[in-house]
Amino acid sequence: MTDLQTFREETRDWLEANCPQEMRKPGDVAWGGRNAQFSHPDQKIWLEKMGEKGWTCPTWPSEYGGGGLSKEENKILQEEMGAIGARSPLGSFGIWMLGPALLEFANEEQKKEHLPPIVRGEVWWCQGYSEPGSGSDLASLSTKAVKDGDNYVVNGQKIWTSYADKADKIFCLVRTGPQEPKHDGISFLLIDMDQPGVTTRPITLISGKSPFCETFFDDAKAPTKDLVGGLNKGWTVAKRLLEHERTMISAMGLSGGGDGSKKTKSGLAEIGKKYVGIDADQKISDKALRRKVAMHDLNSRAFGLTMQRVGEETKVGAPSPAAAMAKYYGTEHNKLRYELMLEAMGTRGVGWDGEGFSMEELAITRDWLRTKANSIEGGTSEVQLNVISKRVLGLPDK
Amino acid sequence: MALILNEEQQSLKDIAKEFLQKNAPVTHFREIRDTQNELGYDQSLWSEMVNLGWSGILVPEEYGGFDFGMVGMGSIFEEMGRTLTPSPLFSTGVLGATLITLGGDEKQKQNYLPRIVDGSLTTALALEEGNRHSPFSISTKATKAGNEYKISGEKTFVIDGHCSNLIVVAARTEGSDDDASGITLFLVEANTDGIEITKTSMVDSRNSANIKFDNVTVSSSNLLGEENNGAAILEEVLDRAQIAISAEMLGNASQAFDMTLDYLKERKQFGSVIGTFQALQHRAAEMYSELELTKSSVMAACNAVDENSNDLKRMASLAKYKAGETNYLVTNEAVQMHGGVGVTDEYDVGLYLKRARVTEQIFGNSEYHLDRYATLSEY
Repeated sequence: MTDLQTFREETRDWLEANCPQEMRKPGDVAWGGRNAQFSHPDQKIWLEKMGEKGWTCPTWPSEYGGGGLSKEENKILQEEMGAIGARSPLGSFGIWMLGPALLEFANEEQKKEHLPPIVRGEVWWCQGYSEPGSGSDLASLSTKAVKDGDNYVVNGQKIWTSYADKADKIFCLVRTGPQEPKHDGISFLLIDMDQPGVTTRPITLISGKSPFCETFFDDAKAPTKDLVGGLNKGWTVAKRLLEHERTMISAMGLSGGGDGSKKTKSGLAEIGKKYVGIDADQKISDKALRRKVAMHDLNSRAFGLTMQRVGEETKVGAPSPAAAMAKYYGTEHNKLRYELMLEAMGTRGVGWDGEGFSMEELAITRDWLRTKANSIEGGTSEVQLNVISKRVLGLPDK
Repeated sequence: MALILNEEQQSLKDIAKEFLQKNAPVTHFREIRDTQNELGYDQSLWSEMVNLGWSGILVPEEYGGFDFGMVGMGSIFEEMGRTLTPSPLFSTGVLGATLITLGGDEKQKQNYLPRIVDGSLTTALALEEGNRHSPFSISTKATKAGNEYKISGEKTFVIDGHCSNLIVVAARTEGSDDDASGITLFLVEANTDGIEITKTSMVDSRNSANIKFDNVTVSSSNLLGEENNGAAILEEVLDRAQIAISAEMLGNASQAFDMTLDYLKERKQFGSVIGTFQALQHRAAEMYSELELTKSSVMAACNAVDENSNDLKRMASLAKYKAGETNYLVTNEAVQMHGGVGVTDEYDVGLYLKRARVTEQIFGNSEYHLDRYATLSEY
């Protein structure tokens, strides 16, 4: 038996012994943190077991609490988890965004301090990038950090801070070099949210709800040792982290669309049949809609295959040059999917709440509104197209 | 399923690229076109391709082939799409090889396959009768008379129809004009009495012909597969042919895109290279995205052949759909972004536009495959 086969068997046995039955059903994913909330006691057990094993971050080095798995081993782990329907043990911007950036840019002391709690789900991280005046032109940000002894004193405002009201800490872009050219005066700073100088205010989106907040810094403090990647070198860290963020968001194009290979039909076709009806040949009776659904399915599949191929081409942990393409295509594709659902549902797709609409219908309508942010957050589609033009295709600036 | 080439496959692709760029660059295609070469391809170039083993890639080893698979064949087609190389590889190495491998009896395989591999036999598939792909709309009749059949009817858009020794004809032995059942495939030597072949001149100079069959007599031993059961073989062959042509279309689009990208980095207007203009940058980035999706679809479809996937039909339609849509987008944009030179015959980019539209017609356009995918997905 090869090493990988042995690994598969051991993994299967371990999952069988340690994954609680409740966690083998679909449901919400825990986010951990200092004030962790669990919707079921088994969620806590599952997180602890996986955290202990380092399998919340399977490919991170074991010296920082990670699983230390190779790309091939991780694939096996994911397959085996998929086979029993195991829920992801932990959702976390620490895992998807901050951790990979720390692994690449942080010093040894910072890695030892910050990575293991991410693996165990003990710290809930949020992201402080955008500001009211700095959206697509992120590098124009003006939140200031001024050194005062062993601390930085931070003043300014961040916006679109997902879960700022729940998070323990924030990884933040701050201006430390006010005289330098805009890209060269930014630092990457880790700040504790639980202090008098930090306040948050939730933002309501067009969908009627949202995890987003505004975050205000009023003489907030952060130890100088928590500046990552060097003074005024934050833009390099920021760009890399954005690539990880794009990859994370682009996965939405997959979760919504499905890759088609596992299912014979997509949810879209079912919705089309349900709301529009079928003809004598069992086809969606609205030919124009049927055509659009098929087009969407084909593109879902092509996109899913592309994500798979890019994954095979890229080394583990390294962001792919195709991240911008994935973010652009995945989010635009996901928006289109919801537009098609609404088109099929007619008036049943434009209800807001209350009687006359099913829970599912109302959820689709709210999700449709939420998708409009997909192609804005993490860099707009237009910014992604700029990134592709310049970094992938090498088209000149001037 | 791996979506990247293994070492052997990569090596085949590298060799194909080097060979084609050296021996059959676009100037070679232009020479064949401008001299109105009767054969429509260069015999000595074809012999070299045969020597490289390309005609035997899809032929099983027991019949002298290399059984290297569709991923390998797809790589070659992609490279030929880049160079617009005229050759009978599609009609012979894909259509002929798979028709006989999948549909032939032992004797037919032994008779024909080694000759496909060694280059002494070229083949064509006489299928279409209308101006849009409709594989089972067949009114060409084959009437049984004792131990023989008499075939009468007209076929159109027969790729390499004028330069093949052996023609596989899809004819109706039963049923009405649009039935899938009642179609029978026949192996007919091109020089048989009653066959009238007219070479058609296509916009992209690709070889094709119209063929008339007037009481063409063939022995029942020339049946390929069982009587009335030709559709099953055809479907399997068409899946593979659609995938191979999709790979060629991917190469066609990729080359047109690369040329355009180079042009965007060179051409100056208003004092700047035009590639600095966001109006062009974003369109280039969108083309890049579509090309990436097409590449994955073609690769996955090639894999589906080699792995005998039970989802092969849908994968073939995925590949042909994406290749068609992307080639349409990219070749139109390529001509537009080249501006005035893009619509001259001297510049190569127009050749890719013309080739794109002809390959789009081969075995179903994007709309055909969109509809087929939906039907196969039961909606």
